[in-house]
Amino acid sequence: MSLLEVVVRALSVLAAFLVLPLLVGQTEHKVMAHMQGRLGPMYAGGYHGWAQLVADGVKFVQKEDITPRAADRWVFRLAPAVALIPYLVALAAIPIAPGVAAIDVPGSVVLVLAATSVGALGTLMAGWASANKYALLGGLRAAAQLVSYELPIVLAIASMALAGGSLSLLTLTDRWSPWWMLWQLPGAVVFLVAAVAELQRPPFDMPVADAELVMGAWTEYSGLRFAFFLLAEYAGIVVMSLLFAALWLGGWHGPFEDTLGWLWTLLKGLVVAVVVIWVRVAWPRLREDQLQRLAWLWLVPLALLQLMLTGAGVVMGW
Amino acid sequence: MSGLPGILKGLVTTARTALRPTHTAEYPDVAPDLPPRSRGVIALLEENCTSCMLCARECPDWCIYIDSHKETIPATTEGGRERQRNVLDRFAIDFSLCMYCGICIEVCPFDALHWSPQFEYAEVDILDMLHEKDRLGGWMATVPPPPALDEKSAEPAEIAASNKPARGTGLVGAGGAATGGPGARMPRTVRPRPATARPQPEPETPEPETPEPEPPDAT
Repeated sequence: MSLLEVVVRALSVLAAFLVLPLLVGQTEHKVMAHMQGRLGPMYAGGYHGWAQLVADGVKFVQKEDITPRAADRWVFRLAPAVALIPYLVALAAIPIAPGVAAIDVPGSVVLVLAATSVGALGTLMAGWASANKYALLGGLRAAAQLVSYELPIVLAIASMALAGGSLSLLTLTDRWSPWWMLWQLPGAVVFLVAAVAELQRPPFDMPVADAELVMGAWTEYSGLRFAFFLLAEYAGIVVMSLLFAALWLGGWHGPFEDTLGWLWTLLKGLVVAVVVIWVRVAWPRLREDQLQRLAWLWLVPLALLQLMLTGAGVVMGW
Repeated sequence: MSGLPGILKGLVTTARTALRPTHTAEYPDVAPDLPPRSRGVIALLEENCTSCMLCARECPDWCIYIDSHKETIPATTEGGRERQRNVLDRFAIDFSLCMYCGICIEVCPFDALHWSPQFEYAEVDILDMLHEKDRLGGWMATVPPPPALDEKSAEPAEIAASNKPARGTGLVGAGGAATGGPGARMPRTVRPRPATARPQPEPETPEPETPEPEPPDAT
């Protein structure tokens, strides 16, 4: 791989990383507004408020960057980057078109799982370093939630890896067949629920429950660092949606997949992202104990069951 | 899972709302559809004002300012009496004090004050909320015509008064009925009287021309 190719790949991933989360955010603005009988942003940019998030970004840049006096200064300032960068790495490993991913490594499934787990560390660092009781409670809730929901995610993806016989996302998506949508359905449900919980999105937003914890681990943040946390949340939606699309919905598989493969991947990812938004609008927040109950009594057993089913299927050669 | 129907219902409800038109009133772009008799601002019809000061005195928070002076009108006929009339110099309403009770409009005997639905007159400084008579008069153009009367309601007093026939013309065959004007009446029923009370001189004789006293019109 030449240096030029490396640069082009890195830049295209960076561009996708900066554009796709904004696209999801704008979709959330509009879809949520219409689900609540509103119009959403209508002015910024002229046409139906398309530039609302750009305007928000300009606003965040102008705001003062405050570090509390009692905060653990370096950890506090580093936390947004720790939350944001792993999703950039994870996005790079997502397959887009047949044989095309920004970084093609043999164990890209493991890479994506490891990277998304590191992202959660940023929330924990922010909560601990803020020297604020709400932030600390939010950080601890986030830690408890991530410990609970990492396991179902790993088990669901392990089932996919077992079915495809590979740890490479490109190979897995290549071997995908429509029959998997039924065979791997329990795992798909487990992954979707656990992914929403991992992203700390409603109805699993206990770490940032604004009625109880102000803004959880992000309470003390302002300006650009706060915007980075928000960007990390939407980048997380992009990564999880594309991962779900690539593994369970077949990624680039569709008509004219040699030329339009990338479009199918993005469209399927967008559908998953809309489902994540839809769930946020429709359902109220779970209580902390209900969250743990759902993870350990429903998702983990279901994921183990799926793993057994997949193992049986692989051995019997389905 | 026992909560499943409710969970699905939430998804269905939000999806259905998303597919329906929104309820948002795009106010600055689209003018709001105000109900009739909206209380936006108080407009002044200066010609009707006699500077009688009733509104200023009834105003609960004293937000109406009136200055006037008297002018003498010379007699129109030789040896006649000079007359005086009030000339309005200043009429101002301080809308930073006004509480939109509408008492001034109620008490005005000459319909000089009217409710206008115009409400977009916010100012940056509260001192700029004191509006003089030219501004108040400008709002007269936005005053809607009075709402139509309800069906079967009594006719307005002015119309009833003009429709009432002139005195002494309300009889059968009299001028009022013959002209077929708006005040034409049905022939009055002649009530037969008991013979014992007052013996009739001749049965063929018509009723005497003097009418019975009419009951006052219940308008």
